[in-house]
Amino acid sequence: MDYTPHTSQDLETMLTRVGAKNLRDLFGDLPQDLIFPDLDLPAPLTETEMMRHLRELAAKNSSAATSFLGGGLRAHYVPAAVVPLAARAEFISAYTPYQPEASQGLLQAIFEYQTMISELTGLPVSNASLYDGSTALAEGVLLALRETGRNKVLVSQGVHPEYRKVLKTYLDAIGAQLEEIGLEAGKTPTTQVSTEVGAVVGANPNFLGALENLAPLAEAAHASGALFVAVVDALSLAVLKTPGSYGADIAVGEGQPLGNAMAFGGPHFGLMAVKENLVRQLPGRLVSETTDVDGKRGYILTLQAREQYIRRGKAKSNITTNAQLTALMGAVYLAALGSQGLKEVAARSVVNAHQLAKRLTTIPGVRQITPRPYFCEFVLELPKNPSQVRSELAKRGIHAAVPLPSEYGHNLALFAATEVHTERDLAGLEAALREVLA
Amino acid sequence: MIAEKKEVRPESPLIFEKSLPGRRGVRPPAVADVDLAELLGAENLRPEPPELPEVDELTLVRHYTGLSRRQLGIDVTFYPLGSCTMKYNPKVHEAAVALFADLHPYQAPETAQGALQLMYELQHDLSGITGMDATTLQPAAGAHGELTGILSIRAYHHSRGQHAQRRLVLVPDSAHGSNPATASMAGYAVKEIPSGPDGEVDLEALKRELGPHVAAIMLTNPNTLGLFERKIRQIAEAAHAVGAQMYYDGANLNAIMGVARPGDMGFDVVHLNLHKTFTVPHGGGGPGSGPVGVKKHLELFLPSPQVVRDGETYALDYDRPQSIGQVKSFYGNFGALVRAYAYIRMLGQEGIQKSAALAVLNANYLKELLKEQGYRIPFDRICMHEFVAQPPEGFKTVDIAKGLLELGFHPPTVYFPLIVKEALMVEPTETETKETLQTFAAAMGEILAKGKEWLEGAPYTTPVRRLDELQANRRPKLRWEKG
Repeated sequence: MDYTPHTSQDLETMLTRVGAKNLRDLFGDLPQDLIFPDLDLPAPLTETEMMRHLRELAAKNSSAATSFLGGGLRAHYVPAAVVPLAARAEFISAYTPYQPEASQGLLQAIFEYQTMISELTGLPVSNASLYDGSTALAEGVLLALRETGRNKVLVSQGVHPEYRKVLKTYLDAIGAQLEEIGLEAGKTPTTQVSTEVGAVVGANPNFLGALENLAPLAEAAHASGALFVAVVDALSLAVLKTPGSYGADIAVGEGQPLGNAMAFGGPHFGLMAVKENLVRQLPGRLVSETTDVDGKRGYILTLQAREQYIRRGKAKSNITTNAQLTALMGAVYLAALGSQGLKEVAARSVVNAHQLAKRLTTIPGVRQITPRPYFCEFVLELPKNPSQVRSELAKRGIHAAVPLPSEYGHNLALFAATEVHTERDLAGLEAALREVLA
Repeated sequence: MIAEKKEVRPESPLIFEKSLPGRRGVRPPAVADVDLAELLGAENLRPEPPELPEVDELTLVRHYTGLSRRQLGIDVTFYPLGSCTMKYNPKVHEAAVALFADLHPYQAPETAQGALQLMYELQHDLSGITGMDATTLQPAAGAHGELTGILSIRAYHHSRGQHAQRRLVLVPDSAHGSNPATASMAGYAVKEIPSGPDGEVDLEALKRELGPHVAAIMLTNPNTLGLFERKIRQIAEAAHAVGAQMYYDGANLNAIMGVARPGDMGFDVVHLNLHKTFTVPHGGGGPGSGPVGVKKHLELFLPSPQVVRDGETYALDYDRPQSIGQVKSFYGNFGALVRAYAYIRMLGQEGIQKSAALAVLNANYLKELLKEQGYRIPFDRICMHEFVAQPPEGFKTVDIAKGLLELGFHPPTVYFPLIVKEALMVEPTETETKETLQTFAAAMGEILAKGKEWLEGAPYTTPVRRLDELQANRRPKLRWEKG
């Protein structure tokens, strides 16, 4: 089944009008031996059949809606109002708001989003979103290198390992150097920053879940003329010190905890906020308030000279399509909860994580690796292979224990708790893990 | 008159301006008295909470519903934005995505077999549609796919010891801006190739630039004039003769989706915009998805991980030592993949080829209708999925766009491609009826008839009228401030 409205009468009328005998005629400019090839696709389905097929595929998955999996994405609750509002037909079916008179809805929503991200990060300027946390980090570092004219990056091992991989891909592309600062006892030591370094990157909380005081690292970066990039957990900023307050020039992070379904890893959105002096280096869309010819307040895409469709080869980034709809979900989420609600989500996640850690570390052979204080994720050393443990737990209906890459040590697994978990969930995981490790 | 205008165009307060301290919306599960300073360390806490809106749920609902009514989308009106493929986004895709919402990328692979199977089959289907040997689903958008594709080419040259010599990427002057921007991000110098008088790449000019220093040619075919590059085989041959790779920008694939395959034309790499060709909603500027297909000799370099099948089991393969690495965390914008998969399953080969053909028919039909209304067509031959028009002498394209807004249509892409003055780039897509095309053409005529003075003042009754862009550029105001 397709979505074309043409009747056979339409076809006849239209073909006649354009002077073609049949549809094949329209492809006369193409190499004729190549057209209408066999595509090796299954037979077409009706809507009913397709949904049944997808339900069968979906039945081969097991839901992680109350899982204890972490690592950038977590099982937070998405309030019922978020998707119906953000995905209203007018928003979901719009293109980038190039025509502001027809796009005030989205433009105002983005302006409000920029304000919310600025409030969370304590930095004055937020862009309209990037693809995700990992690419936001890469773009943030590229920004720092452009600004400083330098070619080397120092990144803490506390930054999500996949983010570091993505960063490496982007830096390899331009021939910039990446050097890591190894964690010591679960935290980033303050290191010497040489004058070749343009960007220093730390995460708070770090990948192990631990809170870090990144101020000394930011100071060391600034002392040598480098910029400091902080990777943040968006939810944690309800209660934790802002990156702006500990000296970050650029804050980046993953938006999923703010009202986005986990969706097997995407789409979500990447957030980026910067100091005022970096605004003209920012990648991505940016919305400004302005006035119309009647003096009425309105909103418009601004500083577009940074972008590819104006600057082509000299643009700040090639980014075009970003993550507007998922960022809008983030904005609706933040507005739905308000600062008190967000704080309660954060607090309950923190409390649940601490109770969970307390329970799980009573199991023989289990040791907590993440130092205190930590947010809502933590790492445990297990007496058994974490991949096997994760599978054994899954057989018991519980998703938990993300195996950590070996760079962090042997038999380590990451656990997370959120506001969705109840006392019973925590006890259930404890009992299951006890059984699996027995 | 003025009072009437105000009624048509009411002010739209920010959600921050509707906020009242103490108002609550959604309430999360209760949390017992908790001392965050004890758990997190007082020195780690922010002294002041972030200032977020404090509204009740109904105010929230009315706010965003109200904003949506100040917004045009395909679901509201005809939206013939050239090179953006604003086709209908089937509603069933949203139901399809919801089936996969609660999967975590790090859950045990044996508990996500359905999701992995979907990805595996989509890799296969997209390879089939593009005529490629392997496809990665990881890139998050078209430009991201471009970067992935160009880096794969770079890794290929590297593996042959030719990276140091191949420092240049060629793009036609009609190319999308993302092409040169991508080549720059991948560390390449860029050279633009002029178009010939027929609007196609000037083959001789291209040959003069080709040599062992060229890494790749990036091409959109049909090009941004909506014309099929008829010399595509000679271009590919000339490129391959000097060891350069052919990159296909899939932004315009809708014209030839399943009708002709980039792989068969001699392209080595292709990126797709699932949010254009494969009906993933644009969402006001994403999220999209930009899978990349490559020929066999480039497969090793695709990002890690790829979805592989072992008997009846699907798995993520990270063992890819020559891979360019990862370009995004996890496995791509999976939600977009579900929509594209559903689309391909429903259309099958027949529906896919028919959709492309009708996209081309709609474009050609609309082109004829606009000619009749007095619009000029600088390259007037059978076009593909889109065409470029110019207003009659003396009219400005920006005014045409604003006039259309007044009549409730979204305008075409304006002032692009750069090689045509006062360009209007029109892409109707296959999902529009003949009547819609006729109504739009009539509106295009009507605004000309209203005359220049009316056009220069348009729009009149939209939520706002023409905005001061200069002010926004000189003194950008990028967030709300209290007071």
